[in-house]
Amino acid sequence: MTTHDWIQTVLVFLAIGMLAPLMGRYLAWVFTGPSLRIERGIGRLLRFDPEKEMSWKEYAITLLGANAVFFLAGFLILWGQGVLPLNPRHLPSLAPEVAFNTAASFVTNTNWQAYAGEAQLSNFSQMVAITFLMFVGANTGLAALVAIIRGFTRSGVATIGNFWNDFFRFFLRAFLPACFLMAMVHLEQGTPQTLTTSVAVNTLEGGQQTFILGPVASLESLKNLGTNGGGFYNANGAHPYENPTPLTNTLEFLEMLTFTASIPFLFGRLTGRPRQGIAFFAVIMVLYTAGFLVIERSEKGGNPLLAPAGINQTASRLQAGGNTEGKETRFGITQTSLFSNTTIAATTGAVDAAMDSMNPMSLLVFLSHMFLNEEPGGKGVGFAGLLKEAILAVFLAGLMVGRSPEFLGKKIEGREVKLAALSLIVTPILVLSLTAVAVNIPQGKSSIDNPGPHGFEEVLYAYASGNANNGSAMAGLNAATPFYATSIGLEMLLGRYLPLLPLLALAGALARKRIHPETAGTFRTDTPLFVILLLGFMLLVGALTFFPALILGPIVEHYSLARGISF
Amino acid sequence: MKSLYTAFSATLFLLIVTGGLYPLAVDMAGHLLFSRQADGSLIMKGKTVIGSSLIGQSFVKPDYFHPRPSATPDPSGSGSVPYDPAFSSASNLALTSGAQVKAVTQAASDYRKENGLSPAESVPADAVTASGSGLDPDITLANALLQANRVAKARNMDPSVLKKRILALSEGPQWGFLGERHVNVLKLNLALDTGH
Repeated sequence: MTTHDWIQTVLVFLAIGMLAPLMGRYLAWVFTGPSLRIERGIGRLLRFDPEKEMSWKEYAITLLGANAVFFLAGFLILWGQGVLPLNPRHLPSLAPEVAFNTAASFVTNTNWQAYAGEAQLSNFSQMVAITFLMFVGANTGLAALVAIIRGFTRSGVATIGNFWNDFFRFFLRAFLPACFLMAMVHLEQGTPQTLTTSVAVNTLEGGQQTFILGPVASLESLKNLGTNGGGFYNANGAHPYENPTPLTNTLEFLEMLTFTASIPFLFGRLTGRPRQGIAFFAVIMVLYTAGFLVIERSEKGGNPLLAPAGINQTASRLQAGGNTEGKETRFGITQTSLFSNTTIAATTGAVDAAMDSMNPMSLLVFLSHMFLNEEPGGKGVGFAGLLKEAILAVFLAGLMVGRSPEFLGKKIEGREVKLAALSLIVTPILVLSLTAVAVNIPQGKSSIDNPGPHGFEEVLYAYASGNANNGSAMAGLNAATPFYATSIGLEMLLGRYLPLLPLLALAGALARKRIHPETAGTFRTDTPLFVILLLGFMLLVGALTFFPALILGPIVEHYSLARGISF
Repeated sequence: MKSLYTAFSATLFLLIVTGGLYPLAVDMAGHLLFSRQADGSLIMKGKTVIGSSLIGQSFVKPDYFHPRPSATPDPSGSGSVPYDPAFSSASNLALTSGAQVKAVTQAASDYRKENGLSPAESVPADAVTASGSGLDPDITLANALLQANRVAKARNMDPSVLKKRILALSEGPQWGFLGERHVNVLKLNLALDTGH
């Protein structure tokens, strides 16, 4: 890395370190204290009582019911696009399987896109269906997380909060204002916002171009703040309208971390254990930083197979160099690496470069981030995943030293460990079995774009992304076929709700337990030792589960590349 | 029953707020404060739109600087229409793809021929690889300077004057530390045409 690269990187990390605790503090205010007048008004209008506490079952049923209606609304708009207004280009309705895939994708905060935005969606669909689903998907995740955290803060209580109260508090006090504010900043930098659909252009050489315009800025800030990731345009954050300058690029990945990286600090405040929050933040940042360094190094190295053609990929005063295929000149390697690492770690899934043209070691990092899915992970649910790993790590530590495991003053018993483990095994079951099916049937194989191990990575990546509710893609894979649209659509729904339900049940079980005072014999979970233990546990379980698949994909490709083998 | 009512009424409420009021509010505030950007940073010549300072366009004539290769696909079939803003796309070729190695090797040999470079001379990576959007408006300084002799010859200019112009028109890093130094191809070519 050059001095210029280091300066950008260090400043970005400083920004994260300052932003996260501040936002954690703000969110603690959002979720505690009395309702604002406007929140009570909305409660009366929509007929819910924000003060009425719910058991975990009620909370889960309300959440699922609300999500089902959100999904239905989104599906109907996309499926009926052809007859709905604001469609001067007369774009046809989406095919039912693609409308299903898209509604499932956006309501689960995945934002996998089996369609090309500018070519297939009207401005009505972009505004009403997509923007709406992005808001509610992200909001649901954060509400669920706060409910799960209450499992740790409450003692001897059967309830974990009110879904609609959590939902609208976050929406009104944090999410909507932040989206509006950042949309204006993106606009200033060049992201369009208009109801005009297209502009005809006569180019300098006498050619023709058609610019597709629309409500881009309002979608852009939301896409990142909500860790949604679904872009207005097919090229997503690589498109100069979505991401015009290095400043917007930086703001975009900071937006992705605004609410996600602050969650450990929110947790620390709500539980009254700030050191515990810092310990979790440390776990996240270790994995996040390691990921960035590997990506940066791999992409800087360029593509060794191009050396015989006399291609200059070395960084100098005149060029950023590196692996430039699929990357934008204004960003270069460092901005692209910072963005890519964040978007996958925070399960946003927006991209500012072509993932399919990345170095296999970068792809290894992306896949690992998606398998772990909690560094910091998506809006809310990512951190819930980290709590689940912590419970299992505490249990393991308890087995090793022969003490009954405790976490934050709560006894961890059979039920809690079972629920956490249940939530943990969803990922490998979904990702590995679906990949295995897809690479063995013609409907799965025919969509693969690149030959060799890279083709296998495309399929593995698709299902890892769907399950992790990430949404980024190695876009060479044609995912708009009935097989992929349906299987990934179902996987996104299962990958979202299946791990979430045991975690809500876990919160219910924990809330009922009394908090025991700590004694000299208590295993401390806010120390560097615990950080190392938790990291070790996560990496060990992850490696045992996914190593075979990673070997077949990125590791084989890495060694092929090193030996100059192309496919 | 009541919770079902809440689910439906909340959906309607949120459809109106997030799908209608929010984007329209951004639209209004945007046109009030930053109307040029809100409309796509268009560059006009009289009443016709000749491009956007943010979107690359195709240049093939020798008296213009050329952008990077573009992989925007032809929506009606196979192949590609370079710099088609109606369908942004990357090549999505893998590093280990034989097709990628072949395409880059071919592009490099074309680039050398076009710009009168010897076969031994190395070609800047951005000149032979497609961008992530297929609409990258920029090229690196290395790439622009190598094209300068060809453009100067086609326009009967002094190459050293042209190179100075390129350096003067180059932009970035933003705020001195964000992103990379680059040259906007459309702005550079416009400057050549208007003599500024």
